[in-house]
Amino acid sequence: MFKKFSPSTDVSGQTSVKTSVQRSIRSGILSQWSIDQDTLESIWPKKEPLILVKCREHISIYTLHGEPLFFQHFDGPFYPTLRMVHKYPFLLPMVRVDRGAIRFLLAGAHMMCPGLTSKGGYLPPPDKEIKAGTPVAIFAEGKEHAVGLGITKMDTEEMRRVNKNTGIETVTYLGDDLWALQKL
Amino acid sequence: MASAAAPEASSQAISPIQVRYCEVCTFPLEYCEFGSSFTKCKESLAEEDEDLYDKYYSEEALQKKLGTISLEAQSKLEKDAAAKEAKAEKKADAALKKKMASQITIKRIERHKRKYVTSIHGLEAFGVDLKKVAKQFAQKFATGASVTKNPQGQDEIVVQGDVSGDIVEMIEDGVGLLKGVPKENVVEVEEKKKKAGD
Ligand SMILES: [Zn+2]
Repeated sequence: MFKKFSPSTDVSGQTSVKTSVQRSIRSGILSQWSIDQDTLESIWPKKEPLILVKCREHISIYTLHGEPLFFQHFDGPFYPTLRMVHKYPFLLPMVRVDRGAIRFLLAGAHMMCPGLTSKGGYLPPPDKEIKAGTPVAIFAEGKEHAVGLGITKMDTEEMRRVNKNTGIETVTYLGDDLWALQKL
Repeated sequence: MASAAAPEASSQAISPIQVRYCEVCTFPLEYCEFGSSFTKCKESLAEEDEDLYDKYYSEEALQKKLGTISLEAQSKLEKDAAAKEAKAEKKADAALKKKMASQITIKRIERHKRKYVTSIHGLEAFGVDLKKVAKQFAQKFATGASVTKNPQGQDEIVVQGDVSGDIVEMIEDGVGLLKGVPKENVVEVEEKKKKAGD
């Protein structure tokens, strides 16, 4: 999503977000991420002005004092930025790719099932299955911090079963243009 | 994951983990090996923080890192990393050369009789934020200035009025955001209005 993204050409405008809209975003985030009200309040205080940065292809980035906090594609789920996941690694359900997959991910590739089901990878147990279409934090074998964020293309149990094709579509990763964008 | 929950007086907010990022490549330190400046990253960390350097690059750490990957795959990875680094260096060299050779074109364009606009193209190659510098021009000349795309699809700044001479001077003096832009690379041109029957 942010492989080739340049603020000078891909941003179409910045507007402040109405209080009523902020409320619905807040409740959306509380229901989508595993986060409590107090922690969300410490990340995004109610009194601070949230800015919507409208970008090409219906990407919306929400910033606080210029710093990107989270983003959304069309009216899909909210994604925290990767930097925020580094601060709060529990926000999204986690998966892990094996070491061999890291360099592909860092080149922007989507994650194939075998990289998730191999010995170095990790998918949650059957009773904690992640459904298709869920934003996830992608961790990597032997690494402490997340390497990227993505969205599941199938249920995690199905990834185990078919074990081929794209399991997770990469949304943002270390070193992409959103990563480079510390201020907007 | 070591998420330390430190409840404050009134709020139960979970406090954030402070990840140490690399000063060279901006990645978390553990991911430097996948960047394109690994040698520099290592050098920088060795200088900054010996303990952390040992954490990531001691013999023991390197052994552990292998994980489930085979030795063969690991050596391929290292080869890849070295190749990537060499490529990045070459690219940086080429980019620098290109930058030093790239021109800034300041064009005086006649719109109507004795009415001009000035277009400035090529400043972005020197890391200048076009929108901000357009604002600087607008303020300085008390006129309109904007960033637009030229017919070739490249960004350029268009300032109302003939201010080409002043802008050349501003670049020579390195005023404000124009600091560091080499004056040798400036080219002045004029675009006359084509007249029917001329
Ligand atoms: Zn580094």
